[in-house]
Amino acid sequence: MVLRSSLKTCLQLACILRTPKAGFRSTTSGGLIFQSVSNDVYQNLAVEDWIHDHVNLENRQVLFLWRNSPAVVIGRHQNPWQECNLRLLRQKNIKLARRRSGGGTVYHDLGNINLTFFTNRKKYERMENLKLVVKALKALRPQLDVHVTDRYDILLDRQYKISGTAAKLGRTAAYHHCTLLCNTDKCVLSSVLKSPYKGLKSNATPSVPASVKNLLDEDPGLTCEMILNAIAEEYATHHQVDHHITLINPADETVLPGINNKTEELQTWEWVYGKTPKFSISTCFNMVYRDSILDIKVDMDVKHGRIEACNIDLPEQWLPPALCSELVKSLTGSKFCPNETTTLTTTMLRLCPQDDELHSRWNLLCENMITLM
Amino acid sequence: VCIHRVRSCSSIHFIKSKYVCVFDKSALKFSHQQRLFRTSAVSCGQIVQFKLSDIGEGITEVTVKEWYIKEGDSVSQFDSICEVQSDKASVTITSRYDGIIRKLHYNLDEIAYVGKPLVDIEIDASKGVAPEEDVVETPPMSHEEHTHQEIKGHKTLATPAVRRLAMENNIKLSEVVGTGKDNRILKEDILNYLAKQTGAILPPSPKAEIIPPLPKSEAVPAAAKDKAGKIPVPVSRPIVFSGKDKTEPVTGFHKAMVKTMSAALKIPHFGYCDEIDLTQLVQLREELKPLAQIRGVKLSFMPFFIKAASLGLLQYPILNASLDESCQNVTYKASHNIGVAMDTEQGLIVPNVKNVQVCSVFEIASELNRLQSLGSAGQLGTNDLTGGTFTLSNIGTIGGTYAKPVILPPEVAIGALGKIQVLPRFNGKGEVFKAQIMNVSWSADHRIIDGATMARFSNLWKSYLENPASMLLDLK
Repeated sequence: MVLRSSLKTCLQLACILRTPKAGFRSTTSGGLIFQSVSNDVYQNLAVEDWIHDHVNLENRQVLFLWRNSPAVVIGRHQNPWQECNLRLLRQKNIKLARRRSGGGTVYHDLGNINLTFFTNRKKYERMENLKLVVKALKALRPQLDVHVTDRYDILLDRQYKISGTAAKLGRTAAYHHCTLLCNTDKCVLSSVLKSPYKGLKSNATPSVPASVKNLLDEDPGLTCEMILNAIAEEYATHHQVDHHITLINPADETVLPGINNKTEELQTWEWVYGKTPKFSISTCFNMVYRDSILDIKVDMDVKHGRIEACNIDLPEQWLPPALCSELVKSLTGSKFCPNETTTLTTTMLRLCPQDDELHSRWNLLCENMITLM
Repeated sequence: VCIHRVRSCSSIHFIKSKYVCVFDKSALKFSHQQRLFRTSAVSCGQIVQFKLSDIGEGITEVTVKEWYIKEGDSVSQFDSICEVQSDKASVTITSRYDGIIRKLHYNLDEIAYVGKPLVDIEIDASKGVAPEEDVVETPPMSHEEHTHQEIKGHKTLATPAVRRLAMENNIKLSEVVGTGKDNRILKEDILNYLAKQTGAILPPSPKAEIIPPLPKSEAVPAAAKDKAGKIPVPVSRPIVFSGKDKTEPVTGFHKAMVKTMSAALKIPHFGYCDEIDLTQLVQLREELKPLAQIRGVKLSFMPFFIKAASLGLLQYPILNASLDESCQNVTYKASHNIGVAMDTEQGLIVPNVKNVQVCSVFEIASELNRLQSLGSAGQLGTNDLTGGTFTLSNIGTIGGTYAKPVILPPEVAIGALGKIQVLPRFNGKGEVFKAQIMNVSWSADHRIIDGATMARFSNLWKSYLENPASMLLDLK
């Protein structure tokens, strides 16, 4: 039986935690289990940061359980354009977040459980954590064929990936987090994790695609709750502590001072897009205008999410050359972002001669440029 | 702990020489839970090779993904140097030393090896000893921990926080009387010591959390003197402000604004303002709001303002025109594509409602809802942002009465709407009544629009809004 405490207890606990590196006076040292009451990916990632920065992990380890409403989470050094279909994300209102740990891109929804194991840097041991998860699953359903690979994935039936792993190591603390697919929407998952952007050249960490399956597909009698509880219980047993899950509210500044700043930082464009390693785009596309098909070639260098250099090859005289060079000049230094590009290009239209033909050609070119973003 | 204090010292140069000597001596006498210190004769600006320490799990190589510093930057111990990645783990490497970065051994995306040099750091000579091993285990300053220090052969008990406060204010702990347990020096003792010295506020160190406050007793008598009628003379003290100017390039939305407004400068603007009594319109909207709600549309005042403007433009089409570059030709636009200025997180955008002349008030409201939700999501398309012929700016939702709006080329007119205020006005019988008043400020291109035209358009627009029923007569 797992006990869940109220927020009041959480407050008491956190008061002790808040004092940096204070000795933990209670008898329960060894393992703490936290669960987030929020489904906001940014808030939950902020809690990870907060625990990493503020909790004394000398003699203690922490397990943090969380779930998110639909979101795509990319690794620290990844390129969102390379990893997912940003247009689709915007359409479906799926959030995009960049986490601080390395690794590949994952899709979260409420059918996916996230587990974060916090230890001090010396006790960082991913295999051990994943074996704990497998042990918990087998305790719940002994007939489940789950095992840990040497790539730190958990496979179901020897072929389907049900968990991916990533880690972050700081000066004194470290965390290893992993996902666990219980009942995620696989259709959305595969559609958003397919990038339509062509001609991208980048040194960003690429994701390794894998076939996935939900635990609930294998055994419909399971629920996310059951799996979560099983893991918490296994963790508690392993660390010889009470089966006690403390609920955390990531919006509560009194319990987690400074958390709101962390949450905000994770949502800034500079973090989500601006931290993309330098990349270049080299692509051609065809534009259909009236009865002719035009070949357009675009080359762009993007650094810190901004267009560092840009070159557009158009059929000669299709647009006034002065206007084209104005376009290139405007784009240079701007964010590689459809919203910003739309604003700039539509503004430029105000300043050109009011010629319908010119306007429709311009709009066609700009709309095609924007699809690259 | 010793090292930590040196770090916070480094930015106040006049203190450094004094204190480091003391630390050096005391460091030698330290025997405590940390690793051994190695004393060495250090010459000026010794360059130390900071090696990449063990990552764990038997990892021998990592990829350098991001540098947080560059050659020539000064770093303090525990500052982040770079981010490396190894097999799904992202590791933040922090500096072991205070000093200046002299060389980065790897470029981005290169493979770095554990145990090999990562960066070269030039350590300041006066810092003295540097520990041989990784000081990862050193816990940062804790308010609960107590440490001892031997100064002049006598133990002075004080927490690291108190020590730092003393050091920042150039106070020798040996000169302070401790009033805590075992003659421990408390924060209050330092503050009292300071109060006795001068009333001046000492310049805060950049990382200080504690700034000695001006003792309250001095401030109060000064206030009492005010009442006697004398102008109080402030206690002269050096005013310290450590903010810095920040320069960044103009990009994105601001760049767009620069372009538009620079072009607008060429237009000779004239202004015309008036006040509108919206009492009847307010009532009408109250009645219609729930009906629109049922149809799933939020009804504000803007759809009425927009529709009335379009009706006015039918009578005064020159306000919906465009003057070409050479000022040779005026084009009277057939469509009334009325732009609505929108304030988003990134800045100002002006999407427009197309063909208002054939839209009903409800259709305009519905279209506005669509544009507003796209605008706040940053997803407005090219079509929504181009082709505008006339603009209204409802700055009143934020505040203000009269404004001086700038015309957005290639248009020739713009209106800014102030906030709706409840003000006393006289009615036909000479009685005072509560009126809902809103101000409008028009700007127009004086090259093709004259004052009389603007005034007549404004009067017509005003009459539609003051008596909404009259709109029915002219609706197509």
